Amino acid sequence: MAVEYNAFITEASIDGADDGPLAGTTVAVKDNISTKGVTTTCGSDMLADYVPPYSATVVERLTDAGAQIVGKTNMDEFGMGTTTETSAFGPTRNPVAPERVPGGSSGGSAAAVAAGEADVALGSDTGGSVRCPAAFCGVVGIKPTYGLVSRYGLVAYANSLEQIGPIAPTVAEAAAVLDVIAGPDPNDGTTRDPNATTDGDVSTDYAAAADGDAEGLTVGVPTELFDGADERVVETVEAAIDDLVAAGATTTTISLPSVEHAVEAYYVIAMSEASSNLARFDGVRYGHRAEADGNWNESFAATREEGFGAEVKRRILLGTYALSAGYHDEYYAKAQDARAWVRQDFEAAFETVDVIASPTMPVLPFELGESLDDPLQMYLADANTTPVNLANLPAISVPAGEADGLPVGLQLVGPAFEEATVIRAASAVEGE
Amino acid sequence: MTETSDDPDDTSDDGSVVDPAEVEHVAELARVRLDEDERELFAEQFAEILDAFAALDEVPETDREEPLVNVMRPDEVDESLSQSAALANAEETEDGFFVGPKVS
Repeated sequence: MAVEYNAFITEASIDGADDGPLAGTTVAVKDNISTKGVTTTCGSDMLADYVPPYSATVVERLTDAGAQIVGKTNMDEFGMGTTTETSAFGPTRNPVAPERVPGGSSGGSAAAVAAGEADVALGSDTGGSVRCPAAFCGVVGIKPTYGLVSRYGLVAYANSLEQIGPIAPTVAEAAAVLDVIAGPDPNDGTTRDPNATTDGDVSTDYAAAADGDAEGLTVGVPTELFDGADERVVETVEAAIDDLVAAGATTTTISLPSVEHAVEAYYVIAMSEASSNLARFDGVRYGHRAEADGNWNESFAATREEGFGAEVKRRILLGTYALSAGYHDEYYAKAQDARAWVRQDFEAAFETVDVIASPTMPVLPFELGESLDDPLQMYLADANTTPVNLANLPAISVPAGEADGLPVGLQLVGPAFEEATVIRAASAVEGE
Repeated sequence: MTETSDDPDDTSDDGSVVDPAEVEHVAELARVRLDEDERELFAEQFAEILDAFAALDEVPETDREEPLVNVMRPDEVDESLSQSAALANAEETEDGFFVGPKVS
């Protein structure tokens, strides 16, 4: 099974505490989340032999809660991809449709859950990397509010955008993992206590929120996130929204004009942050080191040529370009304007609606190899997920149904730290 | 890549700047060695990608007031990695130090 889909890079066992809320639960962990003593490759030749000397906070919290880690899952190299094909360890296959991609970049985590090789999994979501593979593999994925879950021990790609989040077969199981991993961490200064940052009391009992009750819920449906989506995806998502209405919700059409520019803004910001974050890989303290003569610049350049794959090089170079003299104002500054605009658009929308519904992905799962030679096509597929990261908001992808035998995900976005609301709404869609 | 632009001043400003030499310049800044095929492929792809990014021009100037607060804590001595654990992943070490490539 494990070999069939290439879901794992490393199979290993890290035992959890004897009891706790997740006792007896097996967890697959994305391979950019540090596990003490267990290789953590980020899907890259650069870190093929890297063994972290400490574990990420989320890993400690899972094992303290009784969970057993069963392995490190395949991923797009350093999280850079939408298909899990840029991994140095080969592509992962979609268990629902093995000739298709599982989505990315946390494709191994979603595939492991969909194939029953782990009860639940952790992914990381910088621009959709938990929600996309959840949608493509027909499982549930949660991208938490920025600051809800500690990133300590997560190998950074774009710090201002990313969060670790759970992937599970059901909303309730994903919420139960979130209950364990959420909460402030002294080792991550960007973590927040939800009740210290919101006006009212927000529920942080996530598993209890999966009660299937959509009574009185107002669902905003933004036209911009349906325009241009595959018709089969739109029909399936609209049917899932009808299920929400049948469960007591009301819908209202809304407009989020800023999201038309979200994907470009996301890529400029993510690539810029990546160009800085990945500067640490020079072969001196850890990671691959090229046999190279010459001075340190030549040595670093040779190490990075050998260690990084094409997509990682592309993003480092484009990020370097976007930040370089003469281009900063044209790209990076405009992208930050777009980010602020997206955040304001969502804030205004949440004055009248409780959650915002859309397709998670505007397309059905790609065939293996289909998008590899066309990076721009792959980037544009992130149009619906990236606005959420720019706005730091919580979102969930829940199975909406199938089109042509392929899974379709419904994305539900909520106000900051209102994970409980999106979990409740998603649980009302599930099993309908 | 500038077919949508009517302004001749615009055409000199995008597309044409992404030639293999420009890619090589950025690659040098980023300390990533590229082979010739990669330089040419990237020049082509970057032109297309940067053309898509140019849509950011339509974004209005936006007030970017962020609700940011400093997160402070007392400076306390805590456990840290042992020297051997910190050096364990390095390719080359000497007397408890990392060994890097020569400076020049």
